Amino acid sequence: MRRHCLVSGMAVWLAGTLPAGAFIAYVSNEKSNTVSVIDTDKWAVIKTIKVGQRPRGIEFTRDGKFVLVAVGDDDTIQMIDTATQEVADTLPSGPDPELFVQDKAGKILYVANENDNTVTIVDIEKRARVGDVQVGVEPEGMAISPDGRFLINTSETTNMAHFIDTAARQIVANVLVDARPRFAEFKRDGSELWVSSEIGGTVAIIDPAKHTVTTKITFDIPGLRKEAIQPVGINITADGKTAFVALGPANRVAVVDASSNKVTKYLLVGQRVWHMAFTPDEKFLLVTNGISNDVSVIDVAALKVIKTIQVGELPWGITIAKQ
Amino acid sequence: MIRLIVGVVVGLSVLVTTALAADPLEIGIGYISRAGVKPTLSLVEQPAENDGVAGARLAIEDNNTTGKFLNQHFTLDEVRLRQGDDAAKAAVALADRNGFIIADLPADALLKAADAVRDRGTVLLNAGAIDDRLREEDCRANVIHVAPTRSMLADGLAQYLVWKQWKRWMMVVGSHEQDKLYAGALRRAATRFGAKIVQERIFEDTGGARRTDSGVTLIQRQMPVFTQQAPAYDVLVAADENEVFASYLPYRTWDPRPVAGSAGLVPKSWDAAQDQWGAVQMQNRFRKLNSRRMTALDMQAWTAARMIGEAVSRVNSGDHKTVLYFLKGPDFSIAAFKGQRLTLRAWNLQLRQPILLVDGRMVVSVSPQEGFLHQVSELDTLGVDRPETRCKLP
Repeated sequence: MRRHCLVSGMAVWLAGTLPAGAFIAYVSNEKSNTVSVIDTDKWAVIKTIKVGQRPRGIEFTRDGKFVLVAVGDDDTIQMIDTATQEVADTLPSGPDPELFVQDKAGKILYVANENDNTVTIVDIEKRARVGDVQVGVEPEGMAISPDGRFLINTSETTNMAHFIDTAARQIVANVLVDARPRFAEFKRDGSELWVSSEIGGTVAIIDPAKHTVTTKITFDIPGLRKEAIQPVGINITADGKTAFVALGPANRVAVVDASSNKVTKYLLVGQRVWHMAFTPDEKFLLVTNGISNDVSVIDVAALKVIKTIQVGELPWGITIAKQ
Repeated sequence: MIRLIVGVVVGLSVLVTTALAADPLEIGIGYISRAGVKPTLSLVEQPAENDGVAGARLAIEDNNTTGKFLNQHFTLDEVRLRQGDDAAKAAVALADRNGFIIADLPADALLKAADAVRDRGTVLLNAGAIDDRLREEDCRANVIHVAPTRSMLADGLAQYLVWKQWKRWMMVVGSHEQDKLYAGALRRAATRFGAKIVQERIFEDTGGARRTDSGVTLIQRQMPVFTQQAPAYDVLVAADENEVFASYLPYRTWDPRPVAGSAGLVPKSWDAAQDQWGAVQMQNRFRKLNSRRMTALDMQAWTAARMIGEAVSRVNSGDHKTVLYFLKGPDFSIAAFKGQRLTLRAWNLQLRQPILLVDGRMVVSVSPQEGFLHQVSELDTLGVDRPETRCKLP
């Protein structure tokens, strides 16, 4: 979600002015405690940054000056300076941060703290914790509505998407979804909220105005047992027409027609595919493969995997912006 | 405050608002177990007084965190049976106050309890007994089995040993009834997965104290002698559910061989070392509440109480018949930090689950092992499968 917001502004002026691929991707490697930096011109790792323990959620700040990475076992979020590509500062995130999302202005960060059932609110500039919201058991997925009014948090053991009013900082609605909701993503026009349920094996499409599940997408891959299909990452194209869903140990990314909500194709990637990010021009989608320790590059127009890049151990999250 | 706002704004949502105006939906869950713990050979494995029920208490907290968004409230009603107490009577008393009972009882007591509350439709969740017969010839329509069976545990272990190419087993069996049942499950597993038991020996329980001041010296002489002159074997498999000898075997066998079964590499539903698939959060939550590590029995009780919570949240009803219907149906599954959804075997109400293989410090592997295939669910390669079942539910 946040990737799209960040990316959309850039895509406008980038189109036609720069060669495709003048972008940079940061990948968090959960086991090696590093972040791999990938140049998308060369499709190669150009630097490996040492970070804190168990890096997972990773995002560019809206101004592009920092990459934020949640280092869960150190109970903090580190700020990588994109100019020096070194850890420059930390944010007080609350215990065991995993995923987070920024507000539209890039001033406020909302962090899911898995260990104490809260969402922590952090002022990025002041590097200060300014509040928290109690949510369900094991908060994980985070998204913000395109109009900025609602923060979405999914809780893995409560199995809900919580709608939090960002002004009042209060929960205003809860929607039950299937087991272990991991990730939430709005369509750019705010018309739909997609939530993946890892253990339930489904993606729920929620009407954000009515707070109801309108459609549930299921995945059926011939020759693969049902239990192996575990949706996690979701990325939807800016036009809202195509969605990609990472299916974890099914080792595939599902391509979904986001109008009919039917799966049109399964792309074979590496093992335990987790999170994904588009290049700002949306020509490529990069996906992290946890067990095979690599990143697959999907050509979005051709719907083909064109490249595999070795990174650190257990790659988890990924964020991309212009160089 | 939160609830007030929820009530006002969520008026649109059919999913979560139905009960918000009224008092919370109260769901009572009984918990019945025996008082006292049996001594183990290893001091560090000595179970806590609240082994099992501590997991159920955590699940009640988890259910209530969810419940506050759904206006549902869960309570745990705990009963501990002393020597001579009647399980049936206690179950009836619990059933007066609760629609669901989690039971950690031996097989016969569990059956008595189940039959005593059958007519009122109370749902029992077996969190403790691993006997296959409870899911086979003695199965009951009102008992859901959360604990794995002996045969599931044996199959989980056997798959790994065969994968490791340790196919020649020397088996040592204790003299108690449960040991013989476990040995039977291990024999069946060996046959199913292509291992060979090259020899069986019986270790007689002659009684005596578990801990003595100079015990180590004696054991060090006994165990090598007991295991000498064995035919060529790859792994020693011990069946000793009563903690008589198995834990004495590792590092003391005549031939330098690994030990598995009741000691060494042990198949379990859960372990304090389990840290995959989000389990660290679970371990942390448990430790915060109970100031100790989480055992397999704690996890089985947690899962039982969470299954009720999960079903109640889906059907938005505390009626035990409605909940049981949902639990038995195709839409039920539960997430329990084992890397995949757990579901019920419709033919005998056994919870399908992966089996962890642990050495006391680490999770060595998780079965089913890769390559053991099944047409329905690979989890059904563990334990008695549908075509072989002797259970006939109405």
